[in-house]
Amino acid sequence: MSDNTKNIEEKKDKFLAEENKKRIVTGPDGVQFEVDPLQDYFCDKRPVAKDPKNKVIENFLNWARAESLWVLGFGTGCGNIEIPPLLTPRFDAFRYGIQMRPTPRQSSVLIISGYLAVKTLKRAIRSYEQMQNPKYVLALGSCTINGGMYYDSYNTINRLDYYLPVDVYVAGCMPRPEALLSGFNKLKERIKAGRAEGANDYANKFDWYKANQKKIIKDWNMPDYNW
Amino acid sequence: MNDIIVKLLWTLLGLFIVLNWGLLMGATMRKIVARVAHRYGIPFYQPWLDLIKLYSNRSSISHGVMFYLGPVFRLGGGLGIFLFLPLIYGSEHFSNFSWAGDLILILYFQFFGMLGMALGASDGGHPNSVIGITRGLGQFTTVEVPLTLAVISIALQYNTLSISEIVAAQQGGFQNWTLVTNPLATAAAMLSLLGLFREAPFNLVKAPNEVPIGPPTEYHSAFLGILRTNGALLHVVEAALFMNLFFGGATHWVEFIVKTFLVYFWSVFVGVVSPRFRIEQSVTWFLKIPLAIGILAVILYI
Repeated sequence: MSDNTKNIEEKKDKFLAEENKKRIVTGPDGVQFEVDPLQDYFCDKRPVAKDPKNKVIENFLNWARAESLWVLGFGTGCGNIEIPPLLTPRFDAFRYGIQMRPTPRQSSVLIISGYLAVKTLKRAIRSYEQMQNPKYVLALGSCTINGGMYYDSYNTINRLDYYLPVDVYVAGCMPRPEALLSGFNKLKERIKAGRAEGANDYANKFDWYKANQKKIIKDWNMPDYNW
Repeated sequence: MNDIIVKLLWTLLGLFIVLNWGLLMGATMRKIVARVAHRYGIPFYQPWLDLIKLYSNRSSISHGVMFYLGPVFRLGGGLGIFLFLPLIYGSEHFSNFSWAGDLILILYFQFFGMLGMALGASDGGHPNSVIGITRGLGQFTTVEVPLTLAVISIALQYNTLSISEIVAAQQGGFQNWTLVTNPLATAAAMLSLLGLFREAPFNLVKAPNEVPIGPPTEYHSAFLGILRTNGALLHVVEAALFMNLFFGGATHWVEFIVKTFLVYFWSVFVGVVSPRFRIEQSVTWFLKIPLAIGILAVILYI
């Protein structure tokens, strides 16, 4: 083993969470077996771009996708406070086919609501990667565009689309729920026009995104692609 | 040979009607809940769009054979109830494959889907799925007890296990319905229906803000599409089962639609004015008053 790989191994071990380390486990029937969580519990297969095939069918499906946006309930920053009014009587986003889902597996829209701390970015990436193709990212607030009032913070990212493929930005600090609704309408237009192919972009430019993510997340302790 | 194919085609037509009515009814109930909360709610066509979207997702992830089979078993349970349930009384075409012992078979199919789901969800590897399914099975077992007692009471009353014969015995007007002739069994069954339909107060199993939505946590894309299809189907066939057993069945589709709507509406009506029970509260709730009424209903007919 060369010094370089040894260093990498040591570095990886240093950041690895306790529950993700290799260990021997005794099963209920007394048989001992080795568990390597990174291999057994995660899959590090690269994402594959799945391009639309038939244009007519795809237009119809895109219409259905646009009218049925399932939003992952993942509150990242202070902007998340704008989402509850969206679903309650005053703005009632259910009218436009916008529904909340509690698990990334079933969602199609990830809202990054406001500033993104490096620690949260890691969770946002994991959530995004667990979502199924096609998936969309809606970035809320100035913080996701250029850092906003946190532009010189030591611990937040400035520009979201270095790390995740963003479909629609909603500017403002904070944008009102009306602005968010209009952002949703823009997203619908994009999907119906067939331009919201973020999931495929992410798969095609995977190495670029991963390099950017690893540049900012120093304690990378998970597989590269953890769906 | 020809007869069975014609019957199969009529059954498929019945399935088409029931499925679409289930989706429409689900959307209507969600609109009613929304109106109670002073919202407009989803458009009535939303369930169809959701289904198209789910079935057309470009990627899906499997966690093994059982994970695949979980939704299939669940749909098998729903289809099983549908196949053996006479929908329209006196109709040659919409009696499906009902026969002498269908009541027992349908009670079995109700549990079949849950068990398949339990095996599939635990294969997903998500701890929340396992917690969810444990809660779901725990609650469902206690829901089944008063329901089974009510069914035994009816079987003793009409001296048959065939749903068609039970419906036939209730014909001739309001006064012949089981609702009037055997109110105790009806009460026990209608209380257990609240748990069967899993609206509030018994919706902890699938509630989005508890352990994320329980059993289907890991299900997505077409898997979830199958589960949702089955959900729509199951709502109608369960309501139709109660309609047949207690409310005189239906002699045409309009009656079928009105009665299944009202049966489902009963659980939604209780749901919108109730808070949510914790799992041990709902289990003990079913083992108190509904169970007592159920036992009384059986004792009266022994």
